Amino acid sequence: MAKTFQRPRAMFEAHTHYCPGCTHGVIHRLVAETIDELEIRGRTVGIAPVGCAVMAYNYIDCDFQEAAHGRAPAMATGIKRVRPDLMVFTYQGDGDLASIGMGEIIHAANRGEKFTTIFVNNAIYGMTGGQMAPTTMPNQRTTTSPFGRKTEEVGMPIRVAELLATLVTPGYITRQAAIGPKYIQKAKRAIRQAFQYQLENRCFSLVEVVSTCPTNWGMTPQEAIHWAEEVLLPYYPLGDLKTPHDQQSKEKSCKAK
Amino acid sequence: MSKVLMKGNEAIAEAAIRAGCLNYFAYPITPQSEVAEYLSWRMSEVDGVFLQGESEVAVGYMIFGAAGAGVRVFTTSSSPGISLMSEAISYLCGAQLPAVFVNIMRGGPGLGGILPSQADYFQATKGIGHGDCRLLVMAPASVQEVVEMVMTAFPLAEKYRNPVMILGDGLIGQMMEPVEFPDHLKSEPTNKDAWASNGIDFRKGSKRNLVRSLFLDPEKLNDNNLELRAKYERMKREEVRFEAYNTQGEYSVLIVSYGTMSRVCKTAIETLKAEGIEVGLIRPQTLFPYPEIAVREAARKSSCRAVLCIEMSMGQMVEDVERCVQGARPVQWYGKCGGDVPTPEEIIDLVKRTLSPM
Repeated sequence: MAKTFQRPRAMFEAHTHYCPGCTHGVIHRLVAETIDELEIRGRTVGIAPVGCAVMAYNYIDCDFQEAAHGRAPAMATGIKRVRPDLMVFTYQGDGDLASIGMGEIIHAANRGEKFTTIFVNNAIYGMTGGQMAPTTMPNQRTTTSPFGRKTEEVGMPIRVAELLATLVTPGYITRQAAIGPKYIQKAKRAIRQAFQYQLENRCFSLVEVVSTCPTNWGMTPQEAIHWAEEVLLPYYPLGDLKTPHDQQSKEKSCKAK
Repeated sequence: MSKVLMKGNEAIAEAAIRAGCLNYFAYPITPQSEVAEYLSWRMSEVDGVFLQGESEVAVGYMIFGAAGAGVRVFTTSSSPGISLMSEAISYLCGAQLPAVFVNIMRGGPGLGGILPSQADYFQATKGIGHGDCRLLVMAPASVQEVVEMVMTAFPLAEKYRNPVMILGDGLIGQMMEPVEFPDHLKSEPTNKDAWASNGIDFRKGSKRNLVRSLFLDPEKLNDNNLELRAKYERMKREEVRFEAYNTQGEYSVLIVSYGTMSRVCKTAIETLKAEGIEVGLIRPQTLFPYPEIAVREAARKSSCRAVLCIEMSMGQMVEDVERCVQGARPVQWYGKCGGDVPTPEEIIDLVKRTLSPM
């Protein structure tokens, strides 16, 4: 009898260190399935962030580089520029990408670097123990906003996908979620699409994935999914913000000196 | 190839290409922006990679990514920019990746100035980044020498799988001198398949490569640091370079000086010689590893009464000179750090005052 479901080749048979209810394992799997389906494992280089996924290379089986906090897009740029034939992806959390690494992601996206970013947004710092992130929701309690995020002091959460979609250059910007089967199926299609665009050498691609962090949110996994649907999704709406198809026609050409 | 007249910064750029380094990432900063300007058109002639990054921080990690992918790569910057790259340099040391950094030093601290300086000595030789990391640091004194050092830097970086820094003062980048380029070198790290994340399909075997500097297990981190230490100790045994000038005969004063400053010292030494005062010079060409034995032995020559360390900083290398002389002779520092280079007259006067009875 043929197997219909099995561990992807690009994934190690290992127990993850992630907490119960964490969605990193699911997202890792989506990336590994994509690597398998496109048959690119032997020419893929992943870049692990500083954050809970710092040891993503213990689970995803391909060449990897380990980034300093926030710098993954600069490293991906370095690799992709000198080896355009490699498939390069960064895997970053919201503290890594939206806080310390905001400069690097904006400029890499704006240059149209042809790598793929998987941006996992769970509205909090995970590995350091639940501090406030730029994506933390108003009034959300964290260890550094014990009375809730005060927007009059630190502003409203940053919508990264929308922010990057204002740039003219980047090709594929989408927001998905990993908080239930119907979302995960769509997220898988988006991740595969992003890698496909890279394979065709077409454009920069970023897939934001709205996720949960039950441990640092102080919830059960079930409660965390409900909270993500009720609080995060209305503020972080899902769907494509930009695709290569709707790009060329809108911009008028600029006058050169 | 015959001699050509070139500005130091452009010669650095051309030397890297001739060393087979076809990958350059940089951010503009005075007084070395000509390197980027030159390579912005020159790299396309040789099918190389040129990219102006958004900051020195990002450039440091573009270097990391490219080095990790197993290619020759370099950047150039000046003091404040090197401070921003120092985080990446620490990561490069930790992950054992080869790359070349050129620092054309300007005055500091802070924004300081844009004129020549040697005030990044401590940073380059002792405190380039967090953790137990070291750079192999070379200090050129002419345009010809910076070309030769750039060309030797790449194979050395690959031999040690560690970043190498060329530490030149602003004059090295800004002055024009005749220069002759050595032959081309091979263009890729020959040992890269053992460590580069350059794609499993592109190597023999099926082992994947991880480029990393995180070792949460204390024993493994200690092992990594021991491995790094062994490399730095090997550098001390194998890579020390220095020039000894006027040290064959007797001399009553020893000067220790490097870079452009050492050339001014040579002029002073020749003038003093004509007056019958003999002065020796040790010019370190590598600042790490430091020519410890050469400085110690030259200082202990029986005719030598004092050691002068002359540098364009407020007294940095003098600490290494004191360490080497070990109290055998009095060691005195002299220097300036505003952008003016001490003149031969100042040095002649200093030597005479040193020798005059109290």
